[in-house]
Amino acid sequence: MGARVRKLVTAVVVFAAFAGGAAWFLTKPEPWSASHWDGLGEPDLANGEQMFWAGGCTSCHAAAKSEGDAKLVLSGGLPLKSPFGTFHVPNISPDETAGIGSWTLAEFGNAMTRGVGKQGEHLYPSFPYGSYARLTPKDINDLWGFLKTLPKSANVAPPHDLPFPFNIRLALGGWKLLFFTDKPRVTVDTSNPKIARGQYLVEGPGHCGECHTPRNGLGGFEAAQWLAGAPNPEGEGRIPNITPGSKSIGSWSEGDIANYLQTGFTPEFDSAGGSMVEVQQNMAKLPVSDREAIAAYLKAAPAIE
Amino acid sequence: MKLKMILTALVIAGCGVSAVIAADDPVKVREGLMKQIGGSMGALAGIAKGEKPYDAEIVKASLTTISTNVKAFPDQFPAGSEANSEASPKIWDNMDDFKAKAAKLGADADVALAQLPADQAGVGAALGIIGKNCGDCHQAYRVKK
Repeated sequence: MGARVRKLVTAVVVFAAFAGGAAWFLTKPEPWSASHWDGLGEPDLANGEQMFWAGGCTSCHAAAKSEGDAKLVLSGGLPLKSPFGTFHVPNISPDETAGIGSWTLAEFGNAMTRGVGKQGEHLYPSFPYGSYARLTPKDINDLWGFLKTLPKSANVAPPHDLPFPFNIRLALGGWKLLFFTDKPRVTVDTSNPKIARGQYLVEGPGHCGECHTPRNGLGGFEAAQWLAGAPNPEGEGRIPNITPGSKSIGSWSEGDIANYLQTGFTPEFDSAGGSMVEVQQNMAKLPVSDREAIAAYLKAAPAIE
Repeated sequence: MKLKMILTALVIAGCGVSAVIAADDPVKVREGLMKQIGGSMGALAGIAKGEKPYDAEIVKASLTTISTNVKAFPDQFPAGSEANSEASPKIWDNMDDFKAKAAKLGADADVALAQLPADQAGVGAALGIIGKNCGDCHQAYRVKK
């Protein structure tokens, strides 16, 4: 009798250890190997600045309502409300203690493309690494070079304010297992360099899908509804459908979309509103060819009603 | 035959009723005001981009519409009129700021009217100043549904 209980307990413990080990193995943070970031050479700062505007870093990391050069001070602190709690955006200025000035290229690159922090911890996907995962090592290197030229800020951002269980970082490994991917979101004609560039900008640095694609109860994208519009994560109203099947934007030409991203005005001379105002101001700083590429991709993406 | 007449009368009466509702509905009124502002912006942008020839009358009429409409605009937001509209509830929490933003667009349009842009480049410059107001206000107070 005693032996049988002992056997059962042993089996349970072994199973639990195995399951725990498997779970840990499947969900542990996975940075790139160090060689991934080797040999990138001196950063191209002009391209780094373009990645900075394409990525919209300033819209969350600079102080709210910053204008002009204040947009370049990435002091953090902005509260991002979500169904999972409130995230406080960190300081990513080059300050060595309050910011990320002491980070290496590999640490920065792994945060951007693998969602892994300096301590090897999982980062919350409120930081859109699920999109940034598509950035090439060269663009990461250039962006990192540009970020290091920006002003330092000693501001210390508050920690995230998340209820249990969302405050358990380990659980993010499960989220990544389910939802993290650096593969293309949709199939488009990538033999067309304009569409391919647009796909890179929209699905990667531009992280358009983070607001324009609906999510399931666990915060993962509804993959079949790519860019089809979603409730506003900040509470009121909806983020519009931007596929060719959209009632509002589906009828726009490529020129209309590119012009909107440049000027903020729709073909009917309505203007951008809400968070899109900042996004549009960032996009206006890109080369004309990049806005045209984004427009070409949006017209080529699957139409969803 | 009689039935047809009754139906016709009912339809006509129905149209009349809905027209009255539309005129009194602040949501419809303010959306109409904004549509006209958008139309004026479009006319000015056509000239600024060189798609349409410069025409002083059109510039003046467009600026006048923007000025007149935006001055009437903040009065179309009685308490409780946020339903079925793209107006953010923040408007009623920050009515003074909302009114100030509308007044700013009115003032910018009046400055341009006082010294009417005399050519394509002038229209472009005025449009840059005026157009900035659109995003500034829509960022805070317009919600897409």
